[in-house]
Amino acid sequence: MPSVWIDYDLCDGCTLCIKKCPYGAVELQEGRPRILDNCTCCGLCLEVCKQGALQTDIQQRAIPDFSSWSGIWVFAEQHDGRLADVGLELLGKAREIGDQRSEEVCALLLGNGVEDLAGTLFSYGADRVYLVQDPLLGTYSTEGYTAALARLVDAYQPEILLVGATDLGRDLAPRLARRVGAGLTADCTGLKIDAEEGILLQTRPAFGGNIMATIANRFSRPQMATVRPGVMEKKTGFPSEGVLCREEAGITEQTIRVNRLETRAEEHEPIDLSKARVIVTAGRGAASKEGLALLGELARALDGELAGTRALIEEEWLPPDRQIGQTGQTVRPELYIGCGVSGAVQHRAGMSGSRYVIAVNKDSRAPIFQVADWGLVGDLFQIIPELINTLSDKAPGSSG
Amino acid sequence: MNIIVLVKQVPDTTEVSIDPKTGNLVREGVESIINPHDRHALEAALQFKEQHGGSITAISMGPGQAVDALSEALGMGADDGILLSDPAFAGADTWATSYTLARAIEKKGDYDLILCGRQAIDGDTAQVGPQLAELLGIAQVTSVCGVESLESGSSRVLKRIKGGRELIHCPLPALWSVVSELNTPRYPHMERLIRACDPKSAIVTWNAADIGVKTQDVGLQGSLTQVIATFPPKTERKGEMLEGDPRSMVSSLVARLRENKL
Ligand SMILES: Cc1cc2nc3c(=O)[nH]c(=O)nc-3n(C[C@H](O)[C@H](O)[C@H](O)COP(=O)(O)OP(=O)(O)OC[C@H]3O[C@@H](n4cnc5c(N)ncnc54)[C@H](O)[C@@H]3O)c2cc1C
Ligand SMILES: Cc1cc2nc3c(=O)[nH]c(=O)nc-3n(C[C@H](O)[C@H](O)[C@H](O)COP(=O)(O)OP(=O)(O)OC[C@H]3O[C@@H](n4cnc5c(N)ncnc54)[C@H](O)[C@@H]3O)c2cc1C
Repeated sequence: MPSVWIDYDLCDGCTLCIKKCPYGAVELQEGRPRILDNCTCCGLCLEVCKQGALQTDIQQRAIPDFSSWSGIWVFAEQHDGRLADVGLELLGKAREIGDQRSEEVCALLLGNGVEDLAGTLFSYGADRVYLVQDPLLGTYSTEGYTAALARLVDAYQPEILLVGATDLGRDLAPRLARRVGAGLTADCTGLKIDAEEGILLQTRPAFGGNIMATIANRFSRPQMATVRPGVMEKKTGFPSEGVLCREEAGITEQTIRVNRLETRAEEHEPIDLSKARVIVTAGRGAASKEGLALLGELARALDGELAGTRALIEEEWLPPDRQIGQTGQTVRPELYIGCGVSGAVQHRAGMSGSRYVIAVNKDSRAPIFQVADWGLVGDLFQIIPELINTLSDKAPGSSG
Repeated sequence: MNIIVLVKQVPDTTEVSIDPKTGNLVREGVESIINPHDRHALEAALQFKEQHGGSITAISMGPGQAVDALSEALGMGADDGILLSDPAFAGADTWATSYTLARAIEKKGDYDLILCGRQAIDGDTAQVGPQLAELLGIAQVTSVCGVESLESGSSRVLKRIKGGRELIHCPLPALWSVVSELNTPRYPHMERLIRACDPKSAIVTWNAADIGVKTQDVGLQGSLTQVIATFPPKTERKGEMLEGDPRSMVSSLVARLRENKL
């Protein structure tokens, strides 16, 4: 096994290596860095040491030649003939990358009788649409879709393949990545091309949103990532025509071993908070009939939606589909107003992408204030009625 | 019904914080726990065994201390445990993790069902299950939230999707990743737990040689993705605290909203 060690004669104790290590495997002990047993020999610390004190016998891994792999591909998820937004969002990003790399942007459209959707994909930025139609692809199956997509990847060798990090995408992408022999980055919130190396840098939250990690996919192609819905921006206005390629699915009934027998919808149509422009969030500080009535009124006044922390869902003040956070929904409204919300990391994981954040809390040390644009310290039962009054006084009929 | 349950030892992320100076995760003093979803996978396996007989093997890849996760699994009622531990396994991405687990499962053999958690709370990728199923060439169902029937060779399970559930027919052998609404995990049984911690317990350790893998195919060396940087989540917030009594705070707030055209 190779290892990394420190030449203490050269080390000046700057601690850059400690900051760099993604595994927490370098520790400060008595003023000096020390490498712990959980070192993976990734070598990142070597890059930051200005003194050359970090040394190793790691062999540089050779990067294969991938110059023949080309094209920025997006899986266009559809259900019952309706395109999921995330595919269009990814086309926006793919368009940007495609222009930078001078490569073709392609959408992958699988299903049965979905031809009509190709025009939409072109108008959101696809140069080419690979259309795979087969009665067996009419409903999603892991194995059917994996086989059909792997066939395309093998035949045309794209450089990048993006899939929405939806229920479907996170079921499909890992199986597909394993089949085509590609590394896969999960649930990304940022994608950009590295200026020097030309590879895709993929940024994603890990450890429950406590940390962001940038991942590179140097050793295999396509560079694959699932991308969180609602993060990338759609770009439209492109011509609604392009190259349409019809492809065979190459599957039989035997390909698909797992079958969906029926879908049971939730009793009430669950609300999709990711589309709301304004969200008023109730925390435990508002967990009462009066509190929720008040916040409901504020939400209505702003033409927004009412949501809650897990505390409110657990105590059944609000239904589960209104929970924001790590185990609830991820939202990106223009305006998020947290009332009586402490701002636990698990909650912040679902709302930190909001454009503007307002926090109302009687405890000035509540962590929610660290992620707020505007903080109001005080009792929400005094502040919110005042806000509702002011809003309705000054702008009758307007939405904010 | 022979069941394999995959358990990962993870830091309790609810206790993880970020060092404001280094921007690193503070892992010191953070407790290691069984990944929460994996305890639901164990509970499901125990219930299936109660109905159908058979045996339960818990498998974990990790450093030596991950044996604690297996002891806890045995404490809950698993029959035996396999710890995959070797310095060469360190730093594995999901590609290398699924490969290592697959080789170990092939060595063990004889299973009808593999259960894992939908997602680990540290790596958070939800990729290991489907990748493992692909490598083993078996069927997969992700986000299993209920089981309607289970017999040899076939099953009907409920899969959680946004806004509802799907009833799925799935042949066995298969791999299922489970979500927490599937069941309520039991607590480990004290006597069993103590027995599991005995050196002569039913937990074995396999290293790279035991499962016949080359070191270049596992761990960081065998990974296709690399973490090249970590940093704390960025918050570009104005961070302005509005002052005064409720009335004046609200009027400054409304002024700010107007300025920003909200
Ligand atoms: C694995 C895991 C996953 C989780 N996932 C989520 C998730 O997805 N979403 C989520 O939200 N949580 C989640 N949690 C829970 C999370 O850790 C917190 O417990 C939760 O977010 C706290 O909710 P809260 O802010 O409403 O309550 P509290 O933390 O109790 O905060 C209440 C706040 O209200 C303030 N307050 C009280 N009265 C008033 C008043 N009259 N006026 C103004 N302010 C007042 C208090 O000062 C306090 O700051 C998760 C936890 C775990 C362990
Ligand atoms: C900050 C950070 C970001 C990362 N991002 C990526 C990435 O984008 N892509 C990537 O390929 N790798 C990534 N990794 C590596 C990844 O965390 C590891 O490969 C890990 O071993 C498995 O992934 P997971 O924790 O996401 O597990 P998941 O796939 O979320 O786990 C699902 C289930 O698989 C089982 N399981 C997982 N790991 C083990 C194990 N070691 N032993 C037994 N059972 C197990 C458990 O039942 C678990 O509930 C990242 C690592 C870090 C530190």
